Amino acid sequence: MSQKKNNGSLVTKINSSDVRVFYDQTEALHGVNLEIYENSVTALIGPSGCGKSTFLRCINRMNDVIEGCRITGKITLDNEDIYDKGLDVVQLREKVGMVFQKPNPFPKSIYDNIAYGPQIHGLAQNRQEMDEIVENSLKKAGLFEEVKDRLNSPGTGLSGGQQQRLCIARAIAVNPEVILMDEPCSALDPIATAKIEELIHELRQNYTIVIVTHSMQQAARVSQRTAFFHMGDLVEVGDTDDIFVRPEDKRTQDYITGRFG
Amino acid sequence: MFPYLLAAILLISLSGFYLGRKQASNLRSQTKLHSLPQYHGYFIALWCGIPTILLILLWTALEPILLGSLIRSHLESQSGGLTPTDYVIMTEEVRNLAAGVALGTQDPLILETAEWMRSLQQSSQWSMVVVTILLAMLIMAFTRSKVAPGFKARHGVELLFNGFLFISSTIAILTTIGIVLSLIFETFRFFELVPITEFLFGLKWYPQIAIRADQVAGDGAWGAIPVFSGTLLISFVAMIVAGPIGLMSAIYFSEYASPKMRGWTKPILEILAGIPTVVYGFFAALTLAPLVRDGGIAIGLDVEARSALAAGLVMGVMIIPFISSLSDDVINAVPQTLRDGSYAMGATKSETIRQVIIPAALPGIVGAFLLAISRAIGETMIVAMAAGLNANLTANPLENVTTVTVQIVVALIGDQEFDDPKTLSAFALGLVLFVVTLILNVVALAIVKKYREKYD
Ligand SMILES: Nc1ncnc2c1ncn2[C@@H]1O[C@H](COP(=O)(O)OP(=O)(O)O)[C@@H](O)[C@H]1O
Ligand SMILES: [Mg+2]
Repeated sequence: MSQKKNNGSLVTKINSSDVRVFYDQTEALHGVNLEIYENSVTALIGPSGCGKSTFLRCINRMNDVIEGCRITGKITLDNEDIYDKGLDVVQLREKVGMVFQKPNPFPKSIYDNIAYGPQIHGLAQNRQEMDEIVENSLKKAGLFEEVKDRLNSPGTGLSGGQQQRLCIARAIAVNPEVILMDEPCSALDPIATAKIEELIHELRQNYTIVIVTHSMQQAARVSQRTAFFHMGDLVEVGDTDDIFVRPEDKRTQDYITGRFG
Repeated sequence: MFPYLLAAILLISLSGFYLGRKQASNLRSQTKLHSLPQYHGYFIALWCGIPTILLILLWTALEPILLGSLIRSHLESQSGGLTPTDYVIMTEEVRNLAAGVALGTQDPLILETAEWMRSLQQSSQWSMVVVTILLAMLIMAFTRSKVAPGFKARHGVELLFNGFLFISSTIAILTTIGIVLSLIFETFRFFELVPITEFLFGLKWYPQIAIRADQVAGDGAWGAIPVFSGTLLISFVAMIVAGPIGLMSAIYFSEYASPKMRGWTKPILEILAGIPTVVYGFFAALTLAPLVRDGGIAIGLDVEARSALAAGLVMGVMIIPFISSLSDDVINAVPQTLRDGSYAMGATKSETIRQVIIPAALPGIVGAFLLAISRAIGETMIVAMAAGLNANLTANPLENVTTVTVQIVVALIGDQEFDDPKTLSAFALGLVLFVVTLILNVVALAIVKKYREKYD
């Protein structure tokens, strides 16, 4: 695997070394070494089933929930091992938020959807602080203007794109450092997708974002760095422009030119 | 006679099947058939069998009725001046004698008529045999003549099959309608004797009235409120027990138990649902009621021997599996993505259950509870054994109360006549019970259905 050098000024936020993931006896990831830089968008691309989601779920330990899933190797967040025995997943997930493929707002009001995380982590002392958090999160997710008059109506009543932005607002509400997105636009129409992509651009100022996408155009549009996975291997990673213009590996080339996937 | 005849008809049908199929296969070797050979076979077999068997059933059903009236008019013409009841008794005697039950009657008229009846029966039976077998043969000959390349036997078979299913479902629906209508009709008769306002709003229920003139009893009072309040009280106690336990165990099974654990504990819970309610009933009456009483006395409470508490507790245990398996289904239907969303926010398992899963599953859980309540309200055996008979208007579960179902049982056992208010009150109670459980079920199913649609 070739790891192209970055332009120098970036700080490593997440570092994975030799990460292997097993579902029961099958190895789904074969030793992934990947650095993810702070305040940048890293796109994970590759044919379906290649292990993109699996790797993403390692970063906030969502694989813990899956029965029979085992992981070896090391992943650090700010140089701290996130699989360390002494580490509390609740605190890890406060720092590493996640947005899923299908919008999954909770069966609660729009307000309560956002307030859920802050309330769990005790981030607001009183109702007023909570109101502020909710408003700010909705604003950052670019949803506030659309829903400010109906904060108490159910989140499930929004359109698909709005629901997904609600889920992003929900993730932002606990002030995470990293946001993981697993194909966040695959269930959305082009206009809603454009809105989310725009949002990702803005969020990049304050958050480190890792996004799985099956659309190479999307990767090219939103990311600074791109990692190409193939059959459980991280084949190639580098600046997005380089990967799309001058892929080094034959498999990356084939995928990008649409020969498979 | 009957089984042999049936066997003969079946045999004819069967041979009709083989003959028809053979005939059609022969044709098939020459030209193309519309329907496969076996459909020609089925067509013949079904047409031979079904109409003839229906005829046999009809004949068997009508014969006693026709013979009965024949005998009766014979008796009437032979001996005049007797009351209608006498004729009924005489006809019955003749019928018994003809069937070979000796009653020691010496009346020559009856003996002679019985003999006559026996011979009538004999000839009727024989003609039935001849007619039906002939009919089957005729149909077979006719349908066999229809076997031809263009004959649409498959459609014919489908049509017959459709008709058969249609008749079955019609029978099911008609019996239901019949039962409801008779319930309504008898209830109206009850309200001719007792004002409907007394039944619906009266606070006293004393169904013990004198049927014979020499009996000592009250005048009767037909206020159903204490009876319904008893049902409500016992159902309430049952839900207090079964609601939390059933829901908690559902949560445990769906969220915490490992598949292995679930594999052997769930069936055990489901065994609870398979215990006959009469067993729960005597457990309540013989074991739990005395225990509750002794326990109450030990802590200085005055508990009656048959308390709403004892009956309610056992009924609660009975409906636990009901609530738990319905809620379990509902909780499992909550999409995994919601759980993932909550865990990804850093929520713990119990936070996720309390704040995401239960609210998401709530409509379904409410539906499950409503179904369980309607089950509790209609439950009879436990309360018949463990609850009391006195219609006691109280909210105290330590006292003795009665329920709608118990009063229905009481109204229909022992001395009864079909036109006194005690018997008819059972229909009125039953109708109200029916309406209440029907509403509960409809509402519950509507809620559950809507909930399922939401997550499909
Ligand atoms: N929960 C699971 N249990 C077993 N195997 C899984 C599970 N999730 C993913 N896999 C397997 O791991 C491999 C990678 O899957 P995934 O990470 O979902 O791929 P991608 O997101 O790139 O499409 C696939 O072969 C998939 O079948
Ligand atoms: Mg995936």
